[in-house]
Amino acid sequence: MSKFTFPESIRSRPVYGTLEARDGSAHLLVADAHGAEAILDVATPEMMAKAHIIYIPKGEAFEDKLRALNAASFYAGPSYAAAEPRLRKALADAKMGLQVYLAGTEGLMGQAQNAAMAAGIPHTAIQTEHRGSIARRMQCVHCKGITEDVETDPFVCSHCGLNLFVRDHYSRRLAAYQGVCIDAEDPGNVPSPKGIYE
Amino acid sequence: MSGAEKIAVTVTDIVPLNDLVTRFEFKRTDGALLPTFSGGAHTVVEMQDGDITRLNPYSLMSDPMDQTAYTISVRRDDEGRGGSLFMHNNVAVGDEMVISYPVNLFSLDLRARKHLFIAGGIGITPFLAQIKQLERFNGHWELHYACRSESLGSYVDELTGHHPNETHIYYDDQDQAIDLVSLLDGQPLGTHVYVCGPKGMIDWVRKTAADEGWPREAVHYEEFLAPQPGKPFEVKLAVSNKVIHVGEQESLLEAMEREGVDAPYLCRGGACGQCETTVIDYTGNFIHRDHWLDDSEHASGQKIMPCVSRFEGKTLVLDR
Repeated sequence: MSKFTFPESIRSRPVYGTLEARDGSAHLLVADAHGAEAILDVATPEMMAKAHIIYIPKGEAFEDKLRALNAASFYAGPSYAAAEPRLRKALADAKMGLQVYLAGTEGLMGQAQNAAMAAGIPHTAIQTEHRGSIARRMQCVHCKGITEDVETDPFVCSHCGLNLFVRDHYSRRLAAYQGVCIDAEDPGNVPSPKGIYE
Repeated sequence: MSGAEKIAVTVTDIVPLNDLVTRFEFKRTDGALLPTFSGGAHTVVEMQDGDITRLNPYSLMSDPMDQTAYTISVRRDDEGRGGSLFMHNNVAVGDEMVISYPVNLFSLDLRARKHLFIAGGIGITPFLAQIKQLERFNGHWELHYACRSESLGSYVDELTGHHPNETHIYYDDQDQAIDLVSLLDGQPLGTHVYVCGPKGMIDWVRKTAADEGWPREAVHYEEFLAPQPGKPFEVKLAVSNKVIHVGEQESLLEAMEREGVDAPYLCRGGACGQCETTVIDYTGNFIHRDHWLDDSEHASGQKIMPCVSRFEGKTLVLDR
């Protein structure tokens, strides 16, 4: 089961929806891992005739199914970083009427949304659907380093080594949640890590 | 005191542009500088027409950074309630008037990569200020302006003279029309479209843009509704404890103001939402004319916008 219902939280926390097919002059779909299922659900032959799919499998076996949708353009690559130049080129060449669909992990959707916003699409016009891992992309507020795929709270910053508390404060500009030192007042007094939603 | 803050001004210039449109220039009566504004802003002009105080919104068309004077262009509406006729017939250079601070309900979205302006008739006025604003920043814009005829094409010469590459003019009487689908198709990502003109034009642009897959957030429009005359009706104002009579030629908002009830407002044209009023009780039918409340709110019988909407029926009680 790739769907997860996030608990209610503060306004800063992104809320994801369910992809729906919209009329448009072109369709750009970006997904990772189980996000492929959301694309398979929303795809129609009409959409695929004008679609560009960018997919990062992360070890999941959906690539053949996505390829079988016969999108006008299909790319699968090893990481978001590898796919990003293609995504930015697709956005730079795009015209008004383009519909953007993002599906998969929060980190993937946040970064792709950031690229789409930078290309001039209002963030509220970008569709998103969460599927798969509930791990977060975190920014350490102390050293500003990004740690990807954080699954526990607290966690250790992969850059500066501080013990960070996982907050729900989110930055669209950074496409990351805020991680704040949890033992600043009493160094070493760190609760044992547990799952973010446990 | 409701509405935006007021400024005492003197009429310093009146220029008839064509059969229908006249331009008015205002400077502060005390000689000080006016506030800067942002392109798309309007001012509410107070007109003392005998016993009646008329308050009409007009788009500011001068350079938003020019603090020495404001200019507006007024299209004469012979069928209207008299505000534009008052401006045309009764206002002279040297007259002292009161206008409101600028209020902007039609501002540029400066995140846009390109601004695509679509104007119909007198709807050109907010764009004149927006163009001056964008020119300061070397902004990327394009104007498509439909006029009835060459003789009624207000500011066409100025626009085509200063901005020949950005300006596209269409004359109805020469069967020229904006090819909207082709115009919207192929605009670069990040383009925002702005439309100001008759209701039919606004609806057409909004619908076509939606059909072409443009996000709602990239479509901007401004339509000032003038309150329409209608059957007189009575209203009970629960907070003020008054029963007031709304005449055929006045709006509910104007009737409240006449009776000394301090009712909030900004645009007086059904757009800004400031005058939204809660209905406590009613027997009858609302004639909703605003485009602030949505269809379900209109159907609910719980809200009314007194600046443009009316009522027909036995009783109406408002929380005001």
